[in-house]
Amino acid sequence: MYVAVKGGERAIENAHAWLAEERRGDPSVPELALDQIREQLKLAVNRVMAEGSLYDPDLAALAIKQSRGDLIESIFLMRAYRTTLPRFGVSRPVDTAAMACIRRISATFKDLPGGQILGPTFDYTHRLLDFALAAEGEAPRAPITEGAEPAAVPHVTEFLNRDGLIQEEPHSDETPGDLTRNPLELPANRPLRLQALARGDEGFVLSLAYSTQRGYGRTHAFVGELRIGLVAVEYDVPELGFAIHLADIELTECETVNQFKGSRSEPPQFTRGYGLVLGQSERKSISMSLVDRALRWRELGEDYIGAPAQDEEFVLSHCDNIQATGFLEHIKLPHYVDFQAELELVRRLRAEALELTGAPAMKEAAE
Amino acid sequence: MTAIAQTPTETDAYNFAYLDEQTKRMIRRAILKGVAIPGYQVPFASREMPMPYGWGTGGVQVTAACLVPEDRLKVIDQGADDTTNAVSIRRFFQRTAGVAVTENTPEATVIQTRHRIPETPLTEGQILVYQVPIPEPLRFLEPRETETRRMHALEDYGLMHVKLYEDIARHGQIATSYDYPVKVEGRYVMDPSPIPKFDNPKMSDNAAIQLFGAGREQRIYALPPYTKVVSLDFEDHPFVASKADHPCGLCGSTDSYLDEVIMDDQGGRMFVCSDTNYCSTRREAGHIGAMAAPAPAQPQERRAE
Repeated sequence: MYVAVKGGERAIENAHAWLAEERRGDPSVPELALDQIREQLKLAVNRVMAEGSLYDPDLAALAIKQSRGDLIESIFLMRAYRTTLPRFGVSRPVDTAAMACIRRISATFKDLPGGQILGPTFDYTHRLLDFALAAEGEAPRAPITEGAEPAAVPHVTEFLNRDGLIQEEPHSDETPGDLTRNPLELPANRPLRLQALARGDEGFVLSLAYSTQRGYGRTHAFVGELRIGLVAVEYDVPELGFAIHLADIELTECETVNQFKGSRSEPPQFTRGYGLVLGQSERKSISMSLVDRALRWRELGEDYIGAPAQDEEFVLSHCDNIQATGFLEHIKLPHYVDFQAELELVRRLRAEALELTGAPAMKEAAE
Repeated sequence: MTAIAQTPTETDAYNFAYLDEQTKRMIRRAILKGVAIPGYQVPFASREMPMPYGWGTGGVQVTAACLVPEDRLKVIDQGADDTTNAVSIRRFFQRTAGVAVTENTPEATVIQTRHRIPETPLTEGQILVYQVPIPEPLRFLEPRETETRRMHALEDYGLMHVKLYEDIARHGQIATSYDYPVKVEGRYVMDPSPIPKFDNPKMSDNAAIQLFGAGREQRIYALPPYTKVVSLDFEDHPFVASKADHPCGLCGSTDSYLDEVIMDDQGGRMFVCSDTNYCSTRREAGHIGAMAAPAPAQPQERRAE
């Protein structure tokens, strides 16, 4: 006797209730507040904003809390929210040359106008677990130099550009496409590629960039400049006839300077890769610059050697972690029907194969 | 009997059927284009939905664009109304659109499905929405979209025929049991979504509109009513719509697609209809399979009331 399984609805409700309980963890431990996440897990918040393509630290903190620290799940929450937001308009392009930098380094010049500013970086920390952090203590304070005025911080590549040593980027006032509002059509252009990379998975973009360094589409990159800081977002209000300052957002910008021996179409000069990411995310912006540069082989008349990082369709089709994780994880959904069809097929093929070899017929289970 | 109790709607929190009207309009345009060119994959600006890619975001967007308040929605996954994801999607539309829902195939005006076509023949005016993971039938022969679009444009389907031929050379038959490619009105080779090939013949000459939504891959395609859909085959190796060679253990049907259920660890198993509504309707009509529990007393009690 058999009664078909029912009760999917109750199972789902109970699973959600259990999940909520698990999310909270031991109730004797104080609950995380959103401002704690926002202030003390800032780089996680930044990643969620960057790959969620939505600049809102409070919402990102909420997403991290709700997803129990699973950042891809947090990014998904942000994306699903973002897609419901009305579009009021498009801001003016942000001026990263006017960025209020908290960090600005160049690996290509020892010193340069604006100076090298290390800023809050892990770079020269020794990766020793700091057990003092396990105990609660005073909030650490960094020394402040009185009266230091922030100097103008021009882009490094502009110096090279002045001498014609670096390839000039074509200027365009064309409105860039919007990946979130139009289906991706291939071949894509550079703005669309950069858009996809900016919201692409940090791990995926990192590995692709790394692969170019190891010879799969090598581009000989130097970090011409890496800068992190606040930029103003301005919006032209048609009714007012002038731009208003909406907010300051934190960005990480990377420009690589790449060796280039010239090609059939281009003279020997340096070329560029570009990375721009919401929040503080050096790894992502450097990776993005390397992949951007690798993808520019056609425009620079380089050879396509079949490296993954050169392959626009491959990179753009697989860099989105929300798409990737969805499709990957969907194989845990029921597939009884397809599997049944495969069962029948394999049984039939086996029966025929065994018949040919004269082996004893398949043992049919009792019913 | 089969109508499911409605949960309170949240229509005030979201636009009707979740998506904003501009987005629905964009999707409807893609659907209209798809209907105009049967079997052609229309790119559309798929939105991020509040369920993951792979869970039916394409189907959900198509359903959202089609729904009107008067609709009666049925959602199935693997043929069943009560599988977890079917329950989840049905609830999504109950919450966001407040539409009536049903499990009864003939009563439904819109049916969203994953991996099956209902056994009960569909009728004019019904819309069948398929959830599609990979809309490109040539994808596993040629991974590049740029290339496969060209192949469709040139009607260059040689690669597919070679693949089917190689299957026959190697296995003596076409070794594809689900997601079996079809040709639409003699023009486009189309992916029928991962339905078992048993369901393929139901696509052809169907009275309902069949719409296919692939969210992650940003494609919509369609079959208008009474479209000719042919499963690819060879004259000497004709297409066979196969299923498990058993009757349903519950309703005794011999012509419905069956799930295999493992009963114990001794190899005991039974076969039951994958289409739960078809099976229960048959049982209510008095068809009893060899392994079914005695007819439930419920309907009689109800009659006495």
